[in-house]
Amino acid sequence: MTQQFYVSPEQLMKDRADFARKGIARGRSVVVISCRDGIALVAENPSPSLHKIGEIYDKIAFAAVGKYNEFESLRQAGVRYADVRGYSYDREDVTARGLASVYAQSLGAVFTAEQKPFEVELAVAEVGSSPDEDHLYRLTFDGSIADEKGFIVMGGQADKVSEAVAAGWQGALDFAGAIRLALAGLVADKETTTLPPSAVEVAVLDRGSESSRGTRRAFRRLEDADITALLAEEN
Amino acid sequence: MQETTANQVAANATSSFTEHLQRQRPDLLPFGQLPFGQQHPAGNAAAPLQAPHGTTIVALTYAGGVLMAGDRRATMGNVIASRHIEKVFPADQFSVLGIAGTAGIALDITRLFQVELEHYEKIEGTLLSLDGKANRLGAMVRSNLPMAMQGLAVVPLFAGFDRPAGLGRLFSYDVTGGRYEEQEHHTVGSGSMFARGALKKLWRPNLPERDAVAVAVEALYDAADDDSATGGPDPVRQLWPVVYTVNRTGAFRVPEHDLAAMAGAIIESRAVAQREA
Repeated sequence: MTQQFYVSPEQLMKDRADFARKGIARGRSVVVISCRDGIALVAENPSPSLHKIGEIYDKIAFAAVGKYNEFESLRQAGVRYADVRGYSYDREDVTARGLASVYAQSLGAVFTAEQKPFEVELAVAEVGSSPDEDHLYRLTFDGSIADEKGFIVMGGQADKVSEAVAAGWQGALDFAGAIRLALAGLVADKETTTLPPSAVEVAVLDRGSESSRGTRRAFRRLEDADITALLAEEN
Repeated sequence: MQETTANQVAANATSSFTEHLQRQRPDLLPFGQLPFGQQHPAGNAAAPLQAPHGTTIVALTYAGGVLMAGDRRATMGNVIASRHIEKVFPADQFSVLGIAGTAGIALDITRLFQVELEHYEKIEGTLLSLDGKANRLGAMVRSNLPMAMQGLAVVPLFAGFDRPAGLGRLFSYDVTGGRYEEQEHHTVGSGSMFARGALKKLWRPNLPERDAVAVAVEALYDAADDDSATGGPDPVRQLWPVVYTVNRTGAFRVPEHDLAAMAGAIIESRAVAQREA
């Protein structure tokens, strides 16, 4: 009979956390910015079809970094959770807080019970009727949850990107400004000074989707041409 | 959350909200999930349960799209159960559905269908094809067959814009979920035969959108004229049919004031003619 070596719980948790952190830092960053027009989600992602940003519900979006298969399964679980809840109660009873707490429990359970933790970090964003009512939740691999104000930067060299975004962030930004700021942040850890629209994935949660587009679904993905047009606008 | 085998993952992968509910929350489905052969407590075919019924829906194609209109009445036996009910709904950005039959179940099936389409779009990142949407609706109608056998039938009419083909298309259903593509125009509900008669005379190919809306309103007027379960335009309560148009740019509800003007014009022209029919 083989005898297992004793590993202290502290060491076990630390090893798991280091493993997950390394996996997340290998990827590229995602920036989520709350601004006057709504919430802008910008990810460095050369693939036009494998998304890091997704729609969950009317006012709720999802952004993730890390392993694609892991966050994709979480995104789908989130869509199912939100749709079941909205179908059985009412559409307005689906909140980012409820979703974030389910994510936190799932991530926490996987972190402690499974062979390996999820190498992902998630952001759940909900757009409100005013910037004060926006909610940004950050969820990390161990199930920790944080309620952030203003913006979230995850993945890659998050510290450097975060510094750059923090320097330029203000509540009065419009979408063009917020996306410009996010793009400026994303190049903070690189040699280049600009990212072409094809290298990023951009989506927005429109604060006034009912009045401007006649739909309660605030989520809108911006195509490369939309991004170019938006960035060409004068401040 | 982590699956142990690839098979399990593949078996669990579904983009269908209905399938997800069948597995996880069958109690939430609008159609009963009783074991085969068991009688529903709702009633039987001989003495159907009294429940509000939705009545006439008309749909027709026009130049560049398709439109659907429904009256505003629900009846329960000889009683008007509702004068305000809406029976035509946008299913998603490019399709609409109208419902006739047991209103309670029909409204829930509509809601389920709307979530089904949105769910697929969110999971897959693309819209379902128009045929795919029509097939899903057929499957839902078939699931309701046990209830239909007991007199709680739901008969939808589905219309949408087929973007690859660039034209508006119409689908009708029977209670067993049979799906039939219709040409030109179609009607369902208790007043459908009168509305159909009107459409045969009023419809012509490539109607402009505004004329097509007027044709639909007039067909409903004729249905209400002869069918007591169909509500006509109601100038006293300012109630007009619900009309949705679907074209290349999406599904839109025709504004109330346009419908009020069209209904007013029809009532006026009939009054001026001073004829029995």
